[in-house]
Amino acid sequence: MAKDILEIDEGSFVSEVLEDEKPVLVDFWAPWCGPCRAIGPMLEELETVFGDKIKFTKCNVDNNPVTPGKYGIKAIPTLIFFKKGKVVEQITGVVAKTKLEETIHKVLQEI
Amino acid sequence: MKKGDYDLVIIGGGPAGLTAGLYAARARLNVIMIEKVVPGGQVLVTDLVENYPGFPEGIGGAELVQKITEQVKKFELNIENNEVVSVDLSEQVKKIQLGDRIITTDTIIIATGASPTKLNIPGEDNFYGKGVSFCATCDGPFFKDRILAAIGGGDTAVQESIFLTRFAKKVYIIHRRDQLRANKTLQERAFANEKIEFVWDSVVTSIEGSSDVEKISIKNIKTGETKQLGVDGCFVWVGIQPNTDFLKDTVALDELGFVIVDKNMQTSVSGVYAAGDARDTPLRQITTAVGDAAIAVSSAEHYISKI
Repeated sequence: MAKDILEIDEGSFVSEVLEDEKPVLVDFWAPWCGPCRAIGPMLEELETVFGDKIKFTKCNVDNNPVTPGKYGIKAIPTLIFFKKGKVVEQITGVVAKTKLEETIHKVLQEI
Repeated sequence: MKKGDYDLVIIGGGPAGLTAGLYAARARLNVIMIEKVVPGGQVLVTDLVENYPGFPEGIGGAELVQKITEQVKKFELNIENNEVVSVDLSEQVKKIQLGDRIITTDTIIIATGASPTKLNIPGEDNFYGKGVSFCATCDGPFFKDRILAAIGGGDTAVQESIFLTRFAKKVYIIHRRDQLRANKTLQERAFANEKIEFVWDSVVTSIEGSSDVEKISIKNIKTGETKQLGVDGCFVWVGIQPNTDFLKDTVALDELGFVIVDKNMQTSVSGVYAAGDARDTPLRQITTAVGDAAIAVSSAEHYISKI
């Protein structure tokens, strides 16, 4: 059973995302965004497969406007992959699960 | 008689596909729905659906999808997240090439819908997610007190532009004709909205900026005059294109790529049906999509009973 994805906020962004040793995926989302809600279950599924290699997190842009602003986010859902504090991949909009898997593999290979 | 793995494969999980799934699951067909991304389709990005009966206050697109999905799951419809790469309809048992394997089936309902048409102008791809958007509900709130351009003149363009005025201080609706195609209720609302300014007879020729959208170039197609407008975002609603590329040379398509069907929703191939936005139809609404789907399943059942 998929567990809930770790919710991060402005306060925990540095420690949970930027300073983590593992690659981190941040799903920038908001409750009013239909496509964001729709991809939630897909990310939960992917976490059950890749969760030991990539840390899955989500950030509500409504409650945390500063961080998305810093990364120039003007559309959601936006998924950003971080590695040691640096942005390595970014996906905007809803994409197929296969495309997400591809990106995850790519992120895992670029060590 | 040789039978496929399934009685019915539904390709696509928007309102047409989900409704087909509902009818087929209730009819106890051996059915699977293949959805490439997530169930919902274009409705997911619609802020408010006001013309789907049964919801007097209107209902959010994502919410409606959630309700239909819940209803479908109650009847245990098998939904798989996978992509249909191609189909082989040359024999009575049809083959469907998925991302990872081939499945066979007696009947197919094509409910792959349509995607927003792109403008194909410089800047559109580069600034996607940096000011260029197809989804007002997703991205509108990022443009609080900003100036936006909305391109198009149909229902979607006008309705979503009205939604954008909740956030933006100004929305230019740029339309290539001198009147709107949108329904009269929406037109009245748009004309009464002080934040909306219309730019008639005009097309956008490029989207420019450094890291984010800063301005657009527009051309008046009657006078040939060109000018630039400073905007922070550009929302594109200039129509749709059918998601039917994977059907190449299998069923008859019209010149725009929509699937041609008869009154039973049957395509040019027996046992293969189409429903919703992917088919050639005079009206593309949720209501028409769900109606198509019901007819398609009924036709499929009839076909299955005969083989």
